[in-house]
Amino acid sequence: MTELVLLKNVSHPDSTLIGYYEKTGGYQGLKKVFKDYSPDQVIEYVKASTLLGRGGAGFPTGLKWSFVPKDGDKPRYLCCNADEGEPGTFKDRLLMERDPHQMIEGMIIAAYAIGAETAYVYIRGEYGLSIEKTTQAIAAAYDKGYLGQNILGSEFSLDIHVHKGAGAYICGEETALLESIEGRRGQPKLKPPFPAVAGLYECPTVINNVETFACVPHIFSRGVDWFTAIGPQDAPGPRLFGLSGQLKKPGVYELPMGLSLRELVEEYGGGPLTGKFKAVIPGGVSAPMIPLTGLDVKMNFADLAAAGSMLGSAAVIALDDTASIPAVARRITEFFSHESCGKCAPCREGLTWAGKILNRIESGKGLKRDLDQLEVLCGGIFGNTFCALGDGAAGALKATLKHFRHEYEALIIPISVNE
Amino acid sequence: MSEEYTSQDIINALAEPLAEIKKRYPTKRSAIMPALHLAQDKYGTLDEPTYQAISEMLDVPKIWVFELASFYTLYNDKKIGKYHLQLCTNVSCMLRGVYDLMDHLQTRLGIKKGETTEDGLFTLIAVECIGACDVAPSMMVNQTYYNDLSKERVDKILDQLSATEKET
Repeated sequence: MTELVLLKNVSHPDSTLIGYYEKTGGYQGLKKVFKDYSPDQVIEYVKASTLLGRGGAGFPTGLKWSFVPKDGDKPRYLCCNADEGEPGTFKDRLLMERDPHQMIEGMIIAAYAIGAETAYVYIRGEYGLSIEKTTQAIAAAYDKGYLGQNILGSEFSLDIHVHKGAGAYICGEETALLESIEGRRGQPKLKPPFPAVAGLYECPTVINNVETFACVPHIFSRGVDWFTAIGPQDAPGPRLFGLSGQLKKPGVYELPMGLSLRELVEEYGGGPLTGKFKAVIPGGVSAPMIPLTGLDVKMNFADLAAAGSMLGSAAVIALDDTASIPAVARRITEFFSHESCGKCAPCREGLTWAGKILNRIESGKGLKRDLDQLEVLCGGIFGNTFCALGDGAAGALKATLKHFRHEYEALIIPISVNE
Repeated sequence: MSEEYTSQDIINALAEPLAEIKKRYPTKRSAIMPALHLAQDKYGTLDEPTYQAISEMLDVPKIWVFELASFYTLYNDKKIGKYHLQLCTNVSCMLRGVYDLMDHLQTRLGIKKGETTEDGLFTLIAVECIGACDVAPSMMVNQTYYNDLSKERVDKILDQLSATEKET
């Protein structure tokens, strides 16, 4: 086992208190930044750390910060994406409920780097305790002078506000999240312009995930060399894996990236409930499932992409041999259909249609041509929507058809005069 | 107009906290979501007088208020029971047998999902992932999580809630 970084304090009864956080090294990174680094140097340092975003896309964090224009008189904004809604994902909730100061310290450093004086934490409405603990932590940070005017005697000032979501998965998509803060329906916008140029209120904006921000203070307090020595060179640092589904030991595990999916579900997850796995979803339900034959894939961005899936939010859902793939595919499709914002027809109509077909197949009334129709629908949705929701839905469904077509065929009406 | 309150009552109750919230944002429109949360926390349900009141307090068109209330699933425009049973039915909970629990809850409460019991105590709904996948199956009763559910545990929770009601 490697040393715990992000989860170091979560089991301690005082883990949410600022005093305890400081006592265990908290806000040291921030103090170092204010003492030794210019904003540009912060960005260069985070670039050098190769920190990749923990929200899903795995975009290099320092690079994202560097896209914010250096000049211009518009205010800049920083947003924390705490709208954790990808089914199977529950790591950010743990960070906010048990150790919210890591995220807040990371946000202050990021805001300093990009010159933002206002920041929002967009927390999904269901996460009542996360909202409570984050709000308390922000207040404590103001009391200690880490937030507010002239932070730690510097020229830099920052306010952080919590914006409570109201039950829309799509608001985890960054442009939809910004729309939502602006008081609109959470409907994604076409990029470019990217948020770094024209984001919140048409101003330069950086959006990062909770876990991404939580990594930032450690990079400064312990150094880039320490950070890059954890896990693979191209995707270093601690990572939270959420293990759920038909496993003996589900939970949040902090591990380096690059372990095999098999190690993760068998050694850490304790193996399948029934003794035999059927498939594993490696990165939230948007990530195409991996059949048993693919379990040796390494858990990092590049390897999973090469295997036709994705690391996403590192939410691993294991299916044992009692799981029905068509039923799981139907449930995933219904989820995406329900959460489609309705803006793009391929996603809105295509997923509704696919859901109907999948229900029909599951109830034993499906025809062989329904499977072909599902393939056609996946092709029609993929690549034809504004945001990644449609792609995720189509990719997830397509993988079930590819690897488990026999399970669908077993449910199909065997003879039909129409075919 | 609602029988219990008018939009003026809502303005009287919420104007002050809303004025504080407004300061967090450069535009009034951004305060609509927090305003809807405030109203729902106080009255339980959102309705015409509420939209009217928020529109007046923030000086924004009423349609801006309504379009958010109708888009976001956590905003209720119909009356819900005192205990809002929100059972997660997404994949991780499904793999841990939540569909049987849904059947069990429907039978025990004598309602279908989406409905409220006659005494107005329980509303049962299926919800998407609530981020409690490692302790699935899971449900929220109002804001409280109940995890590692089984039929026995669900029965116990309902027994306790019903008993609390009888005492009060």
